[in-house]
Amino acid sequence: MTVTPTPATVGTGTVLSLRGVSKRFGAVQALKNIELDVRAGEVLALVGDNGAGKSTLVKTIAGVYTADDGSMVFDGAEVRVGSPAEAQQLGIATVFQDLALCDNLDVVANLYLGRELRNGKVLDEVEMERSSWELLRQLSAKIPSVRIPVASLSGGQRQTVAIARSLLGQPKVVMLDEPTAALGVAQTAEVLNLVERLRERGLAVILISHNMADVMAVADRVAVLRLGRNNGVFTVSETKSQDIIAAITGATDNAVSERAARRTRQEGSAS
Amino acid sequence: MSTPVDGSKAPVQDTVPEAQEAAALPADLQDERLIASNGVSGAISAFTSRLRSGDLGSVPVVVGLVIIWAVFQIANSSFLSSRNLVNLTLQTTSVGVIALGIVLVLLLGEIDLSVGSVSGLAGAVLGVTFVNKGWPLLLSLVVSALLGLVIGLFYGALYTRFGVPSFVITLAGLLGFLGLQLLVLGKEGTLNIPFDSGIVKFATQSFLSPALAYGLVAVVVAAYALSRLRNRGARAAAGLSTAPTAMIAIKAAALALVLLIPVLVLNGDRGVSSMFLLFVALVLATDFMIRRTRWGRSVVAVGGNVEAARRAGINVRFIYLSVFAACSTFAAVGGILATARLIAVNQSTGGGDTNLNAIAAAVIGGTSLFGGRGSAYSALLGALVIMSISNGLALLSLDSSVRYMVTAGVLLVAVTIDSLSRRSRQAHGRA
Repeated sequence: MTVTPTPATVGTGTVLSLRGVSKRFGAVQALKNIELDVRAGEVLALVGDNGAGKSTLVKTIAGVYTADDGSMVFDGAEVRVGSPAEAQQLGIATVFQDLALCDNLDVVANLYLGRELRNGKVLDEVEMERSSWELLRQLSAKIPSVRIPVASLSGGQRQTVAIARSLLGQPKVVMLDEPTAALGVAQTAEVLNLVERLRERGLAVILISHNMADVMAVADRVAVLRLGRNNGVFTVSETKSQDIIAAITGATDNAVSERAARRTRQEGSAS
Repeated sequence: MSTPVDGSKAPVQDTVPEAQEAAALPADLQDERLIASNGVSGAISAFTSRLRSGDLGSVPVVVGLVIIWAVFQIANSSFLSSRNLVNLTLQTTSVGVIALGIVLVLLLGEIDLSVGSVSGLAGAVLGVTFVNKGWPLLLSLVVSALLGLVIGLFYGALYTRFGVPSFVITLAGLLGFLGLQLLVLGKEGTLNIPFDSGIVKFATQSFLSPALAYGLVAVVVAAYALSRLRNRGARAAAGLSTAPTAMIAIKAAALALVLLIPVLVLNGDRGVSSMFLLFVALVLATDFMIRRTRWGRSVVAVGGNVEAARRAGINVRFIYLSVFAACSTFAAVGGILATARLIAVNQSTGGGDTNLNAIAAAVIGGTSLFGGRGSAYSALLGALVIMSISNGLALLSLDSSVRYMVTAGVLLVAVTIDSLSRRSRQAHGRA
């Protein structure tokens, strides 16, 4: 994919950093001494095997869980996030895997759900519709009409609505939990384009994905979690996906890397 | 940031005339996949395609009402007489007000089975405090209505604190408040409300003068047309598509007809009842609350997807509490109106079929049992259907055995239409 250098105009400061974050569930150490830095205008992919602690980490940042140990610095100040609402107020938006859209409401109503624009006490539908279009245009999102129920949208369009909604609170960090899972080829491309739009807006994006192709396509850096611990941070432009897979599985000799190596050898001998 | 890389490529490659055309289009009509529907004919075709996809709205109940009225008119030519229709409006009011509360609860995807008992209890409390204790009328009315509010808050608290299904809570309420009603009424069992009291006069003898009724129609139509025109102006200013003025004129004219004909017919006898006008005003107010306020939007959202509503920061607990409270309050007000119209309250006030009539009215009117879909007008239309059946069968001197069975049949048809149209909406992506 294209190598997108971080634009110089976009701030490259660290927006969010975690230091020594740990989380236990009973006898299970879900996260242990996690260190993570997320910069503005950067897409950081968070990868790891099932049970590596990705979702726990995201939920800890989002305020669903509170960390047992460690500190979180957001925008230069140490913060404690006690609830999802607090995280949103700080400027950390999360798009969870189940998109949490109301199927019976239209796109405008879903975008502004819980923070409707009002004229006195009455909903200002016209202004909400106008700014919905403005937001969707900025994201180059392809939604045919904002006055149709969300139920009639495709998976990619629903994902777009969910991501657009997270942007309304003017966040600095957006976390996307497997945004391309269960999407087709074209829809995946649509969502990945959207992720790039977010980066262009100078947001820090944390992307959780199982799909290495997506990660390599859109991420600037990849943080690998393994069994609840940090297992390396890679810069995508300087890394091969086998190295990342090796870090995920914790082995250099595994089925995936062997197959990849075999193929490289074959291609090398063929040419 | 305002120069998207990928998305803008396609329009740039387009030929110049097309690009200009796109720029002239309103912001919400630029997507090439949208099927263009312009002008009056476009509005009609959009309406028919919505019907075909199963988004029926209030069409089935209007059709049903026309059929029911035609059948009864053929069976007994006095059914559609001014005199009988005035009676019908009086009979409709109490059940309709109760059904209004049911609409709200159904929008949440919950149910209240106790509205009949609560209405009976409110009637009993009104009778006992006003007649036996000699309280001022206004105080009795307020206490009776507040009783409904308290009962609803109690339901809401049980539901939100302990997660007991509303079906079970209100089933207990159905029995419990019936018992309380019998207790309040005591040994006599029947209380007559004085003929000359304000509430009885309001419910039985207060009618609008013809001039006032026509004036009201004119005001309503003018207000409707004005608000549509203002909305049109605001949309145009925001660069959005607008309805053609011809369409607004046609709709206003249709509204004028729909209001004028009944008023004309009712004025042939006693006229438009104040009590019925109160009911219509409550319907309009509820419709406004559902469609135009943040509270209403939250109610519909909770009915559609509770988890999504919670994550959007909506105070879900408050929504449940307020809706249960509103439903029971409407039930209490309905009970007060029933008591006033019948000039008496007894042990069977709010009993019998009151409960199921109110619930059936909401469902027949087109409010979905599955939550998140419905309108305040379904209480008005549904109550008219239910009470037309009851009124028509009474005119034919058929007793309640037939009435129960016919009402049950209509209810079954309504619920079946609801389920079928839901399936069709899902197939057409309009769920």
